[in-house]
Amino acid sequence: MEPRPPIVEMRGITIEFPGVKALDGVDLRLLPGEVHTLMGENGAGKSTLIKALTGVYRFQEGELIVAGEPVRLDGTASAQAAGISTVYQEVNLCENLSIGENVMLGQEPRTRLGIDWRRLHALASEALEALGLGDLDTRQSLSTLSLAVQQLVAISRAIVANAKVLILDEPTSSLDANEVARLFAVMRDLRDRGVAILFVSHFLEQVYEISDRLTVLRNGRHEGEFAIDEIDRSALISLMIGKDADTLDAIAQKREAAPREVDAEPLLRARGIARRGAIVPTDLELHAGEVLGFAGLLGSGRTELARLLYGADRLDAGTIELHGRPVALTSPAAALRHRIVFSSENRRDEGIIRDLTVRENVVLAVQAKRGWLRRIATSQQRTLVDDCIARFDVRPAQPERRIGTLSGGNQQKVLLGRWLATDPEIVILDEPTRGIDVGAKADIQAAVLELASRGVAVIFISSELDEVVRLSDRIVVLKDHAVIATLENGPDVTSETIVARIADADAQEEAA
Amino acid sequence: MTATTTRERLGALASTPLVWGLVAIVVLLAINSLRDPGYLGVELAESGRLTGNPIDILRTAAPLLMIALGMTLVVATGGIDLSVGSAMVIGGAVSMEMLQAGDGSVGSAMAALGMALLITAVLGAINGLLVAFVGLQPFITTLVTMLAGRGLAKVITEGQNTSASNEAFRWIANGTVLGAPVVFLIALAILVIVVVLVRTTALGMLIESIGIDPKASRMAGIDRRSLLVAVYVISGVLGGVAGVFATGSVMTVDVSNTGLLLELDAILAVVVGGTALTGGRFSLAGAAIGALLIATLDKTVVFLGVSSAATPAFKAVVIVALCLLQSATIRERLSRVRLRAPRREVTA
Repeated sequence: MEPRPPIVEMRGITIEFPGVKALDGVDLRLLPGEVHTLMGENGAGKSTLIKALTGVYRFQEGELIVAGEPVRLDGTASAQAAGISTVYQEVNLCENLSIGENVMLGQEPRTRLGIDWRRLHALASEALEALGLGDLDTRQSLSTLSLAVQQLVAISRAIVANAKVLILDEPTSSLDANEVARLFAVMRDLRDRGVAILFVSHFLEQVYEISDRLTVLRNGRHEGEFAIDEIDRSALISLMIGKDADTLDAIAQKREAAPREVDAEPLLRARGIARRGAIVPTDLELHAGEVLGFAGLLGSGRTELARLLYGADRLDAGTIELHGRPVALTSPAAALRHRIVFSSENRRDEGIIRDLTVRENVVLAVQAKRGWLRRIATSQQRTLVDDCIARFDVRPAQPERRIGTLSGGNQQKVLLGRWLATDPEIVILDEPTRGIDVGAKADIQAAVLELASRGVAVIFISSELDEVVRLSDRIVVLKDHAVIATLENGPDVTSETIVARIADADAQEEAA
Repeated sequence: MTATTTRERLGALASTPLVWGLVAIVVLLAINSLRDPGYLGVELAESGRLTGNPIDILRTAAPLLMIALGMTLVVATGGIDLSVGSAMVIGGAVSMEMLQAGDGSVGSAMAALGMALLITAVLGAINGLLVAFVGLQPFITTLVTMLAGRGLAKVITEGQNTSASNEAFRWIANGTVLGAPVVFLIALAILVIVVVLVRTTALGMLIESIGIDPKASRMAGIDRRSLLVAVYVISGVLGGVAGVFATGSVMTVDVSNTGLLLELDAILAVVVGGTALTGGRFSLAGAAIGALLIATLDKTVVFLGVSSAATPAFKAVVIVALCLLQSATIRERLSRVRLRAPRREVTA
């Protein structure tokens, strides 16, 4: 194969924010017709590099060369003009517009009287057809589509804009396996047509499945550029986290060593709790000191069940007992008073308060519990936030920084700190490790086991079945808004066992 | 090195909205002083009162300062309170009616004051309950209470512009302590009380939290509804105080004009003070400066002899200029222009 000149070349990119060097002389080369993965922990500088490439941030040093020509970007519009398109993790489309309008946004075909609607929808259909979405009615509102399809719509927008470079920033974090397969098919197709794709994902398996080459960043520095067959998983992980990759294995061993005492009386007992459209009547027991895993596909009812236990949604039927006494969990505030906490999978909308500082975000739940009159003393607030930062290695370690400026993984750590500061008896974690790097994952998993060993009951929800199996004492398997099995974890239980259960339930349904 | 840090500090200062409000006040006063070098003079009159333009400004700023404080808290929750002008007229109407029926004693002044604040608290509570529990939009809710409130004031006075006489009550608006106007001292004291209430408790942080993200705040266990009711009640009561200030100076309530359109000045003061109308982070000190600025502006317009027809336009120009200076984008543009000009490096 002849050596292709890179379509994008970034050399020695340095970006400094007040007090932080976000990028320090980073290089990146994107070749036409490749899927190039950007790897790194949270806060390694991936997002910053992408923002430099898309013209959101200006860099203080370094140069950007697109198609052999040095370019100066001042703003996202000039990046798009240079053929660089981006699809972000949280899809930025207009939900209230039609599918067609979204695809063609900014590229609307015009007549003298304004937009040529018929041609707009024809062109949009054509673009969607190329992604195997020809059957969509482009006149329908975008909000009728699932998140996964919306993502594909966003990609089709890049095709319409005739992008030479497509940046996919964690496009898979909220997709299920089938949807990921569909996305990858589209990516391969675009790659074969000569588009350079810059891909970001925290799922190692996906990285190895789709990438041609990858670039590793750590702490704002360039750690190396590899063809995918040049580097194996453990070498890659070591490079990313800068320490030995055995951390995760150690956790698995720790769990087995952890003592398990299940007393007869459960801490929480739910009888027949249900909510229309969310979960059918369900019984559940939760013991002090155990980790109870919820396994199931997206939309199986795992999140819905957890929300009922936190009072985030109201019960339609059923009762919940704590310590053998019935309680009314009518709101998150009520659940908090009963020492139940819930970390939502939706970190951005139901977790952080973006304009408040890290300190304020940490103390918020404790303060809400105490009421507004009894303000937590400044010194005590300091202690709480310093504990959180030290315990989870939050970066940057600046309590007075706005939380919105932290990377996703660090926001998650701060949120965990918020919940643990309330001294809970029951901790419900919904996808606490989604979209965060290996190092932070290990920190959070270690925290879960540590909590359980102190007698806290933990409900752990994750799409990554391996993670559920690694941490849980018992696993509740959900499917179609119902619990289909409760498994005692043991050596014979693996992620395959759970998948088999879910598939088995499918087979039974078909037989019925 | 020192040069850069000074530069940075200046930059940080320039990005504080408060500073621009103060600068605007100084500029306006300077313009007035150019016209009349004695403009800023304050004299001790024979009666033992301080007199002069600055004192007048402080006196007239007091009612606006009150409603701007309440408005700041409501705006911080992501709401708006259009009914503060009506709270003023209700507060005024209730107290004038009570005073007219009373015997002119200090006791009846206290009773009138208490009743005015109670009724305006109820008005605020109605706003709060409708917004928090019924889920009506703040704009619509307070628009309704704004219209209904003025109607209620007319019902209370049977459509009359009720006058009364009560020396104690008059003293609140017109009296002096050591020469200084009582009304401004009370306003200052209330400013301090509200700041203390909001910042030494967790009220301020929780208000900001629900203003930034109501959903995430609920998940963090914050009781949004009681906070909303509290904030609207505070705004109502402060409207009542403003009403007492405004009617006490003339001892007459003008049911058609007392507090009319003053909610707009209050919103301006809030915005000038650096609190975004989208809610979240707020600054009570900023709102206070904003109220002083608007009072100074009103006074300047009269002093410079701007025709009354052109007054709103003149005010608008000043406010727009100020908002532009506060805008981060505009400041960045300006500083880039400055950077491009050749600049000698200062080395220590």
